[in-house]
Amino acid sequence: MNALFLILGIPLAGAAVLALVPDHRLGGWINAGVSLATLVASLLLLPFEAPDPTPFALVDDFNIYLIVLTSFVAFTAAWFSAGYIAHEVGSGRLTPTYLRFYHAMYQVLSFAMLLALIANNIGVMWAAIELATLTTVVMVSLYRSRAALEAAWKYFILGSVGIALALFGTILVYLAAQKAMGPGMDALTWSQLYAEAPNFEPELLNLAFVFLLIGYGTKTGLVPLHAWLPDAHAEGPTPISAVLSGLLLNVALYAIVRFKMLLTANGDALAPGPLLIAMGLASLFTAALMLYRRRDIKRLFAYSSIEHMGVITFAFGMGGPLANFAGLLHMALHSLTKSAIFYAVGLASQARGSQQIDQIKGLTASHPALGWALVAGTVAISGLPPFGLFMSEFLLITSTFPRAPILGVLLLLGLLIAFGGLMLRLHGIAFGEADGDRRPLTGSLLPVYAHLILILIAGIFLPGPLVAWFQSVAEMVG
Amino acid sequence: MFSTIAYDLSHLAGATVLLAGFVVLYQRRLLGVFRAFALQSLAVAAAAAWQAYSQDAPHLYVTAAIAFLLKGIAAPIALNWIVRRLDIHRTVETAVGIGPTMLAGVGLVVLATLLVLPVTVSSAALTRETLAIALSVVLIGFLVMITRRNAITQVVGFMSLENGLVLAAVGVKGMPLVVEMSVAFSLLIAFILFGIFFFRIRERFDTLDLQSIESFRGERR
Repeated sequence: MNALFLILGIPLAGAAVLALVPDHRLGGWINAGVSLATLVASLLLLPFEAPDPTPFALVDDFNIYLIVLTSFVAFTAAWFSAGYIAHEVGSGRLTPTYLRFYHAMYQVLSFAMLLALIANNIGVMWAAIELATLTTVVMVSLYRSRAALEAAWKYFILGSVGIALALFGTILVYLAAQKAMGPGMDALTWSQLYAEAPNFEPELLNLAFVFLLIGYGTKTGLVPLHAWLPDAHAEGPTPISAVLSGLLLNVALYAIVRFKMLLTANGDALAPGPLLIAMGLASLFTAALMLYRRRDIKRLFAYSSIEHMGVITFAFGMGGPLANFAGLLHMALHSLTKSAIFYAVGLASQARGSQQIDQIKGLTASHPALGWALVAGTVAISGLPPFGLFMSEFLLITSTFPRAPILGVLLLLGLLIAFGGLMLRLHGIAFGEADGDRRPLTGSLLPVYAHLILILIAGIFLPGPLVAWFQSVAEMVG
Repeated sequence: MFSTIAYDLSHLAGATVLLAGFVVLYQRRLLGVFRAFALQSLAVAAAAAWQAYSQDAPHLYVTAAIAFLLKGIAAPIALNWIVRRLDIHRTVETAVGIGPTMLAGVGLVVLATLLVLPVTVSSAALTRETLAIALSVVLIGFLVMITRRNAITQVVGFMSLENGLVLAAVGVKGMPLVVEMSVAFSLLIAFILFGIFFFRIRERFDTLDLQSIESFRGERR
């Protein structure tokens, strides 16, 4: 229990401190330090036996790995951000006043995401996701350029509508539960809801799920609700793109999966699988086709995030131990890979002074260490061995084929299209003659390498206890 | 104990909210839109206060007060002020004509009713009907956001959508956290209004017309 208070308390206290630190360099490192402390606190959870859920917090096998993952990526992103932001100030794109705000907001964002994961209450979870949305909107608009404001506005409006629909869904869940559980807080508490789920009114639960899927699906970036995502990723500061892609999308998807578990536990409600599969495939195909004509490197990888969220949603839609296993693994590995890519992309666009792919051309020639790291990341994200995402995609495809051959073919086709698009663009980014600016690297490559090594290890060898644990969660998600 | 008068009063409040939603839909001038929205918020406040009284749930008075003060009074004044300060066009620019939008609105009410009533057979009659009205208001809020081009009318659309949510939340008996949720939403709304003004969307984009904002994609050079 104490660890949970630390996990939530440290970012909040950190935000308060950071709001008062005038020096942006110091602020950057304090930010990283606070995130490191949060990570350590979340590791305290690890020798793990599930504590009894309290009205406030629910920690079980499913969310503990997301808590650790979130605090880990939040830490490496803060670490990367310290160097990145200093350069942005140096080049005059940001002023130190904004940075004080930025660092405080960064910690509020960590707090909100961790709260959404930990909360044992669907109302609190909703409010936490709303808070996370608001802070990221502010961060996306940080550069105050026309494009950044447009992106932030679009994200804001679409995000708010998503949030509003999710709230309507939440109210309907309460109403569905009320008959069985009576009025009061219990009917909003996850642990109680799961226990009573078989007695809920299935029709109301169905309607609720549709609203929740559309609402939180907007935040997950599922097609056709994805319009905000590429803009927000491209126009915000790169550390925030990494956090958005790597973490916030996962948090929203986590909410969807939790509600899906409620429907599965009910038994009489509609099977949520086909809905998830349809949205997953739509996201996969749309995003995969969009990859081909990207000229902006951050937009390219933003679409790749939509694609992967589609794959994960598809996996949870298929359900069953194997597909869920693949989905959970994919969620973790995508997070690690995509944030590594965004760190590399951030360094690349600073080193070459542009986000346009044709300006970055020839990165392996101009900055070999960075260029090859980006190549490795892109190879990993397109699902090639020896990296971890190959394993999760392979597992998903092989588990889908025996059960639904047509869906298997569609999934494979979508992945191949995406693969082609990424390889085509990667060729343009990494190879060829390097012309244009060549500035020295400004930030550390260590966070990128750290993530790449982790996903490489995951691709070659997953430790036995981890596999066993993933299996138990996969059973639980159902 | 629900006497008929209690039942009728909550229906009256709910129906006024819905009616005001339609009024927002057919306004051609921004000031008219703000007034209709203020009316809707006052009706929501009345609905919440009445639920607080009839359910004997004093915390709902807080929700009513928030709806009354923030959305019934402060938001319309702020909107007026922003329109004057940023010198925005006073007419509503529509993407779809008024007539078809009204028809679509009627269609949405039918849809909401057909959707909600069959699935809530076992709930109390009042809850079902409030929920159907609330969903209609939410959908009409959407319709406003989709068919009106100015960012500022879209914001009003969003706020009236939120009115629908408050109506739903207070209509469900014993729903906890309603106050917290309406505070969270007030935060969102304050943020939106602040955002319009602070970002000076008018100065930056020349116009609040989202169509011209969206012509810019960051990928054309």
